[in-house]
Amino acid sequence: MAVTPEDVRHVAALARLTIPETQLAGYVEQLNGILGHMDALQRVASAGAAQAADDAAEGMRLRDDAPGAIALNAQPEAFAPAVRDGFFLVPRLATHEDAGEGA
Amino acid sequence: MSASLIDRGAAAIAAAVQAGESTPAAVWTEAVGRLDASHAGPDGINAVVHRASLPATSASTGALAGVPVAIKDNLATFDLPTTCGSRILEGWVSPYEATAVRRLREAGALVVGKANMDEFAMGSSTEHSCYGPTRNPVDRSRAPGGSSGGSAAAVAARIAPIALGSETGGSVRQPAAFCGIVGVKPTYGRVSRHGLVAFASSLDCVAPFGRTVDDAALALEVIAGHDPLDATSSDRPVPAMRVGEGRLDGVVIGVPREYFPASLDPRVRAHCDRALDALRARGATVREVSLPHTELAIPVYYILAPAEASANLARFDGVRYGLRVPADGVQAMYGATRAAGFGPEVTRRILLGTYVLSAGFYDAYYRKAQEVRALITRDFDAVFADGVHALFTPTTPGPAFALGAISDPYEMYLSDIYTVTANLAGLPGLSLPIGRLEGLPVGGQLLAARFDEPTMFRVAYALEAALGPEAHR
Repeated sequence: MAVTPEDVRHVAALARLTIPETQLAGYVEQLNGILGHMDALQRVASAGAAQAADDAAEGMRLRDDAPGAIALNAQPEAFAPAVRDGFFLVPRLATHEDAGEGA
Repeated sequence: MSASLIDRGAAAIAAAVQAGESTPAAVWTEAVGRLDASHAGPDGINAVVHRASLPATSASTGALAGVPVAIKDNLATFDLPTTCGSRILEGWVSPYEATAVRRLREAGALVVGKANMDEFAMGSSTEHSCYGPTRNPVDRSRAPGGSSGGSAAAVAARIAPIALGSETGGSVRQPAAFCGIVGVKPTYGRVSRHGLVAFASSLDCVAPFGRTVDDAALALEVIAGHDPLDATSSDRPVPAMRVGEGRLDGVVIGVPREYFPASLDPRVRAHCDRALDALRARGATVREVSLPHTELAIPVYYILAPAEASANLARFDGVRYGLRVPADGVQAMYGATRAAGFGPEVTRRILLGTYVLSAGFYDAYYRKAQEVRALITRDFDAVFADGVHALFTPTTPGPAFALGAISDPYEMYLSDIYTVTANLAGLPGLSLPIGRLEGLPVGGQLLAARFDEPTMFRVAYALEAALGPEAHR
């Protein structure tokens, strides 16, 4: 499963990373070098092991569905350019121009 | 105040401040003097990258009254930038504070500053930071280890007896070993991750350093415990960690043969043998055990951790935090910001993580790694179920390497070979000094069953006492 320059371009686009063409070959070589060491995993019989571990795990604890009390060093209003009735106001999105009255 | 109060450890500082024999301001002055001296000149250690001011009011009560502490730069603090050693978060100050930091402050600790780290905790040398590398105080031509190298160096330079780091694959135990101090990775869930900037959420732990076992145990006692702000934090009661030194009669120490391969430096092996002899002399029984999937831990870790990182770091896009590089359109802005903000190691891991999660490769890499992670966990469970109370291994294959000596990414990853297993299995682990090799510290590692930190500390206190000054020779 050798990584190609096209693979790196593809995952860079998925990851929203602009990779200069001059650096592409280096990343191809490095990823192939690293992933070459991962092939050892394919030699291990492991089917079902993860599910068994999940079944035995304690699982995530639930808490009441209530507003949290995170201490802040400023009022929430300080984190938005504008606030109305406790809600942050954001610029109207171009794609929502027909959605009615905006901010 | 005695000039050597910081050197006497966290508990002694707190006792002196509580008794009115010293003051937080006096301890602060000593800590800042050491910080200045260790950071001066071209070979300054560069451990603390954001310096704090003495708080206007400082408590003279609490378990850590007047104790200077350094905080890794990926733990959120109200009063100092939290930048994860990355350009992308340059100058960013969190509006909230990490639970572990809050608990330290409530116990009276004085935050002296934020400590250097590999960018977003991705690295094993603290060379991958936008602030430049940290130098090992023991030998300034050497790396302090990483990714919590700044925190380790601050303790090793005796600026603070305690520091907080974080662990994803050994980022506290490995630098502790390199710098000749104590590093503790708690059981996953023992310490709240609220306010720890996420790298790989199923592996990340807030983890303390101490100059001694007692310093580290005291720090863990203070920061441990349930936190409703972290859904993965355990609600189990926190036992006493400061169990003190004593006999080890009835304690069975397992020595996993996979951690002592033929290729292990014989001098590291000799230090381990001496430590095991010391444990036997204290009454412990030493037994060889096997953890057969150990050799697969590095491949598993370097699939799972980058995969989780690629998702966690998606939030740094120029919109919500720090750096923004203007470009033509929002997608171009995302790409330009992330390209300019992330260094090469972080970029490499995001690419790797995105690749192993992408269509066509998910089953072969990510799902397979999750399955093998379960097998690694099962290996440990079987050993502890078979009557072993703690495991002893070297922390690293060798001592601190020279700055710039390792350029191959996978070779750097291999320095975590003995530490990643505890993160994958969620176990507590501890590194403490067991000797020196050509003047450089060598660390020994103790591992215990999940939530059995008291047994781990019991063995650690005994081993530290048994080795005495030999641990630093």
